[in-house]
Amino acid sequence: MDLNLTSEEMQFRDELRSWLTANVPADWEQRREESLESRFEYLRAWQRKLFEAGWAGVSWPKQFGGRGANLMQQVIFWQEMALASAPPMANTLGLGLIGPTIIAFGTEAQKTRYLAKILSAEEIWCQGFSEPNAGSDLASLQTEARQDGSFYVVNGLKTWNSYGWVADWCELVVRTDPNVPKHKGLTVLLVDMKSPGISVRPLRQITGESEFAEVSFRDVRVPVENIVGNVNQGWEVAIGTLMHERGTFGAGLQITFRRNMERLIELAGRLRRNGNSAAQDPLIRQKLAQCYADVEIMRWNQMRAFSRISATGVPGPEGSIQKIFWSELNQRLQQVAQELLGPYGQLEGISPHSVDKGTWAYGYLRSRGNTIEAGTSEIQRNIIGHFVLGLPRSY
Amino acid sequence: MQFGLNESQEILKQNARQFFAGECPMTYVRYLAENKQPYDPALWSKMAAQGYTGIIFPEKYDGLGLGKVELILLMEEAGRALLPGPFWSTVALAGAVIDAVASDAQKTKYLAPICRGEARSTLAFLETGATWDLADLKLAAAADGKLTGEKLFVFDADVADFVLVAAQTGVFLVEAQAPGLCITPMPALDLTRNFYAVRFKDTPAEKLGDGANLIRALDIATAALVGEMVGGMQRVLDLTVDYAKMRRQFGKAIGTFQAVQHKCADMYLETESSRSAVYYAAWALEHDAPDATTATSIAKMYASDACREVGNRGIQIHGGNGFAWENDLHLYYRRAKASEAMLGDATFHRERIARLVIDSVPIAGCGN
Repeated sequence: MDLNLTSEEMQFRDELRSWLTANVPADWEQRREESLESRFEYLRAWQRKLFEAGWAGVSWPKQFGGRGANLMQQVIFWQEMALASAPPMANTLGLGLIGPTIIAFGTEAQKTRYLAKILSAEEIWCQGFSEPNAGSDLASLQTEARQDGSFYVVNGLKTWNSYGWVADWCELVVRTDPNVPKHKGLTVLLVDMKSPGISVRPLRQITGESEFAEVSFRDVRVPVENIVGNVNQGWEVAIGTLMHERGTFGAGLQITFRRNMERLIELAGRLRRNGNSAAQDPLIRQKLAQCYADVEIMRWNQMRAFSRISATGVPGPEGSIQKIFWSELNQRLQQVAQELLGPYGQLEGISPHSVDKGTWAYGYLRSRGNTIEAGTSEIQRNIIGHFVLGLPRSY
Repeated sequence: MQFGLNESQEILKQNARQFFAGECPMTYVRYLAENKQPYDPALWSKMAAQGYTGIIFPEKYDGLGLGKVELILLMEEAGRALLPGPFWSTVALAGAVIDAVASDAQKTKYLAPICRGEARSTLAFLETGATWDLADLKLAAAADGKLTGEKLFVFDADVADFVLVAAQTGVFLVEAQAPGLCITPMPALDLTRNFYAVRFKDTPAEKLGDGANLIRALDIATAALVGEMVGGMQRVLDLTVDYAKMRRQFGKAIGTFQAVQHKCADMYLETESSRSAVYYAAWALEHDAPDATTATSIAKMYASDACREVGNRGIQIHGGNGFAWENDLHLYYRRAKASEAMLGDATFHRERIARLVIDSVPIAGCGN
C-alpha cells in the first residue's frame, strides 16, 4: 500500500497541470447561464485545443491518436481537469464510450473512418440505446432493422439521447432478429444522423434545459458496413460500451464534490442561524461533517477500486458500489445546501439575490437524475446482489 | 499510487484468518461468554507466539515493528472471529498509549511484557459524564501523585496487570495490586468484552507522561477498533448472504427477492466503504499524513453507523432466526453496539470533524 504518486505519475501530472494552467479558458464560469446550444461551439473549440496538444482521448492507444495513458494517469487526467475548472469536452460520449467501442469491436475501415474525427470533435456522437419501453430492461428494445440488400432499414423511437440535438453520428442498438431470446437478436449500427427519415426532438428536462433528445427513425437506410461487431451479437458490444461508463471519469467528479463541500463550509461561515454563525449551529455542523466525510470516503473507495483494476486488470467488487455511493451522496449534499441556504437555495442565476449564480437551485434538481442515469440505483443493487454476492437473479 | 494490500500484508491477513478460525471458533466464543470467562490464557499465549501482542511496537521492546495497516488487518480478522477478551484494550489501546507517552525505561518495564504476552492492560478514560472529550476529564493526581476518583466503562479492567489512567494532569499507570484500587463489573450488552468501574482511593500511580501525545495513541486505538468492526460487518454480511441463498419461502430462496437482495447490497456497500476508510486512516497514521486525525474520525464516524445498520439488516433478513439466542448474529450485534460508543460514536466524531475542517482547530491533548 503506497498512496503517494510515483515519480512517473507525478511527471505526468506536472506536465498536464502546466499545460492546463496555460490553456484553460478563463471565461468558462461566466458562460454558465448560456444555453447548451450557444455554449457548444465553445466546447468544440476547447476539445480541439486539447486534441492538438495530444490531451484528447488520453486512454486511447497511441496508434489511434490517443496518449495510451494507463489507468492511474487517466485518473490523474480527470482530477487535474476538475482541479483546473476546465470546461467539459464537446464529444464526451465519442471520447469516453463510442471511440473505445469502435477500437474494441470495429473493423479497420471503421477505425480509419471515425476515430480521428471523434478526437478532433469534428464529428459529435450520441448513443441510441434507451427507448420509451426499454430503460433498465435495455434488451427488450423494439427499434427494428431489416436487411434490404446492402442496407439495413431502421424503424423505431429512441429516447434520452445525450447530445442527440447536436450529434453527427449515433451508436444505435437495434433488433435484427425478433424470433430469438431478447439478448440474442440485437445488433449495433453506426448511423449518420443526417440520413433521411431521422427526426430529432429535444426533451425538456426537470431543470428546464434540454441535455437529451428523442430520436425517431422512419425507414432509415444504414449501409451493412456500418455494423459494429457481428449481426445479432450487439448485446456484447452494447455492454462493452456501458462498461466504459463506470470508468475513471468519477475521479473528476469527486474533486467537484469536494469543491462544492468547501464552498458550503465557506457559506456556512457567512450565514446566520439562531443568532449565531451557521457554521457554529450544532445541527448544521453535523450535516456538513457527514457530507465532508462521505466525499472523502468516495475518494478512498475510488482509490481502492482503481488500484485493484491497475493491479489485476479487472474491476474488483468495490467497483460496483461507486455509482450508488456518489449519486446518493450528491443528492444528500444538495439537500444540505438547501437547508443551509434556506430560500436563497431556490434562486435562479438571473435573480440579483442569487447565490453562486443559481448553481444550488440547479444542482438540487439535476442531482435527481444521478440515481437514474447510467444504471439506476435499483439496477446497481441488482448487480451487487447477483454478480458480487452471488444471490439468485431477481428478474 | 497503489491502495491495495501488498503480498506480505495479504499473507498476514490470511494467516490471521486461519489462526482465529482454528483457535477461536464460535463454539469457543460462546463457551467463554456463557461461562463468564473474560479471556483464555492459553489462547493469549498462542497469540503472543504469533507476535500479535507486539505487532506494531518496536523490536527493542520485543515487538514485531510492523505498521498500522498490518494492525488493522489483524484486528479485522479478530473482529471477524469475534475474539473475546482484552486484545484490543491491551495492544491497540494501552500499548499504543504507553508507546506514545512513556519514557524508554517505562516502555521496557511495561510495553515489553505486553509484547511478550506476559501482561494485559487497558485504559481508564470515561468519567460519570461519559464524554470522550479530553477537555472534560476531571480526575487529577494529587500533589503526592496519588489518585482518588472513579473511571467508568473501562474494558477488561479485571484481567489487567496494570491500568492506564487518563487524567487532567497526564497519563498514569496503576498496578493491579495497588492499594485503594477497586474494580467492579458493569454488566452490559456485549457478552464477549466486559466493562468495569474502576475506583481509586489514595491510590499510588506512576506518571507515564503528559497527554500531549495521547491524541495520536487514541487515533491508533480508534482505527484498530474500526478494523475490528469491519471484520464483524463482513462476518454478518457473509452469514446473511448465505442465509438468503439457503432459506426458501414462496418456493424460492429469499435472496431472489429484491426487498432482501437490495438490503444485502447496502450491507456490502457499507462494509466496503468502512474498509476503504479504515485502510486509508491506517495509512495516514502510519505516515503522519496531515489528515490522519480527520481520516480516523471519518472512519469511526462512518463505521459506527454502518456497523449498527449492517446488524439491523442482517437480523431482519434472518427473520425469526435472527432473533433467536442460538443464532450467532446477536453476539456480533452486541459487540457492534459497544464498539459504536467506544471512543466516540458517529455524532461525537462528526463534531470532531467539524472542528478540524470547519473551524480548522487542531485537537488538543491533555495534561501539561
